Amino acid sequence: MEEKIRSLLAEFKTIASHPEQAVADHLAQTGKGAIGMMPIYAPEELVHATGFLPVGLWGGSRPVAKARTYLPPFACSIMQQVMELECEGVYDGLAAVVFSVPCDTLKCMSQKWKGTSPVLVFTHPQNRGLEAANRFLEREYAILQEKLETITGVKITNAALENSIRIYNENRAAMRAFSALAAQYPQVISAVDRHAVFKARLFLEKSRHTAMVRELMEAVRASEPQPWTGKRVVVTGILLEPDGLLELFDRLGLAIAADDLAQESRQVRVDVPDGDEAPLYRLARVWQNLYGCSVATDTKKQRGPMLLDMVRKTGADAVVVAMMKFCDPEEWDYPIYFKQLEAQGVPNLMIEVDQEASAFEQVHTRLQSLVETL
Amino acid sequence: MYTMGIDVGSASSKAVILRDGREVVAARAIQAGTGSSGPGRVLEALHAESGLGVEDMSFILATGYGRTSLPMAGKQMSEITCHAKGVFFQNPAARTVIDIGGQDVKAIALNDQGGIRQFYMNDKCAAGTGRFLEVMARVLEVPLEDMAAYHFRSHSPAQVSSTCTVFAESEVISLLSRGTAKEDIIAGVHFSVAAKACALAQRVGVRSTVVLTGGAGQNSGVADAIQKELGVPLVVAREPQLTGALGAALLAYEEMMRKEHTA
Repeated sequence: MEEKIRSLLAEFKTIASHPEQAVADHLAQTGKGAIGMMPIYAPEELVHATGFLPVGLWGGSRPVAKARTYLPPFACSIMQQVMELECEGVYDGLAAVVFSVPCDTLKCMSQKWKGTSPVLVFTHPQNRGLEAANRFLEREYAILQEKLETITGVKITNAALENSIRIYNENRAAMRAFSALAAQYPQVISAVDRHAVFKARLFLEKSRHTAMVRELMEAVRASEPQPWTGKRVVVTGILLEPDGLLELFDRLGLAIAADDLAQESRQVRVDVPDGDEAPLYRLARVWQNLYGCSVATDTKKQRGPMLLDMVRKTGADAVVVAMMKFCDPEEWDYPIYFKQLEAQGVPNLMIEVDQEASAFEQVHTRLQSLVETL
Repeated sequence: MYTMGIDVGSASSKAVILRDGREVVAARAIQAGTGSSGPGRVLEALHAESGLGVEDMSFILATGYGRTSLPMAGKQMSEITCHAKGVFFQNPAARTVIDIGGQDVKAIALNDQGGIRQFYMNDKCAAGTGRFLEVMARVLEVPLEDMAAYHFRSHSPAQVSSTCTVFAESEVISLLSRGTAKEDIIAGVHFSVAAKACALAQRVGVRSTVVLTGGAGQNSGVADAIQKELGVPLVVAREPQLTGALGAALLAYEEMMRKEHTA
């Protein structure tokens, strides 16, 4: 069984680090190409329903050079990486790129795409308390649907969309279960492994990904969880990579008890609701049901209480804030939930995340200090 | 029982030998850091001072950027933990620690038992660090150890940016070319360092007693600027450059005690 776990984790890592292969495999198997999905939230189910492969474009980890011509140094790390990859033509094979624009940087990026693929932009309504906002977003999705149909040449039927919604909801449920399982088995699923399973989700057709995740969970559950002598943390932020950063967590015995990362659990936190309404409307409702994310307006500021709840439920020792370099929405959220964590005496640490980073000594010092204070 | 703490930073290597976790037997600093001859030379200097070598130590604990590259150390701990330990040992009234090292600035909030309540470190930026002071001293052609004397002769500190060492260096060159007195430029440099350190200290919450540690603590001009910027009295740690090594030696002693109890 250990061999099975090792083999599956290696497969997840390969997929996570070679999205181009996942795209090529999909093309070979289905004859259909791929459509890029820019962070942070997009109705991937619409793309899935065309048979094209939705591929998450969450940056990379290469030295940024060409992107400096087009972006100021204070654009966030993901956009620097995306721009670099664009300039290198990495995304030119995509049939289209879907852009949500919940932050200023994404809004600007959507207007200065340097690749050759067409850009499909839609807007999330930031007043998330009105029924009219659901209807607005439903209309935005309808426009997106029309554009996708034109580009892919595939008519998206309600039946196809319902099937995609079911596949995605199953994947979300599997990933929520995986996250809980990974917290129980940190000796088996390291922080690096955990991230690879989540990241592979961005590149693999979701029913295949769900099958692999279920297979992994079954293999892991075959043995009893062992006592963990290290510490447990909840991590929050946009994303937590590259692997060099995650390796520090493993080296210092910091297990990830749960995450509130936009690239990981925020993507699977909310299902598309069931109901008799049209599938586009139900897809739109996800945006209002979403909570605890810096790019989705929250007048009640529930992220702090949410993090406290995660700490309480998982028995975590601390919260690690993975602050994306130059991410305004995350930086504005931080002082609010920082005070809430402090008020409840929850140890917390902010580390900066820069996808380009290759040296982690400062972060090492910070994380080690956190461990030593717990 | 002898224990040693060795703090190998980016710019210097420091070591302290303690007897029975209380008495400092020897303490030295060499101005050469990790990856250099510094760690070896500081051990030689300690041996010359005390006659004690690595083989005489019951436990050696390493800290600082070079902490993982010292094979003689039985354990490595972060410099944040070690500075907090060293400062609280010297001054149990300490509640806020500002540590300005070669490439880091740190603010540490302590609780009443000396435990770390919160800490912040500068990001990947040399502004406000010891390296920043070195760069400015070179541009100004003033030895580092003379900067404090210039500082206290200033009547009108110049404005020097605290956001970037390279930009600040350009500003200093501009000030020199405009004929601004070195005293005022140096005071401006010290206030620039203070602004960076105080911003971090405010983030952890400033509670008295505030203690300054790290190599920059040897510069009383920096201490003066921080005190004025913070608006509360500042205490400079005894031998501020050695506080991390002292804390490491204390933690090494605690480690030995723990081992003896569990044996």
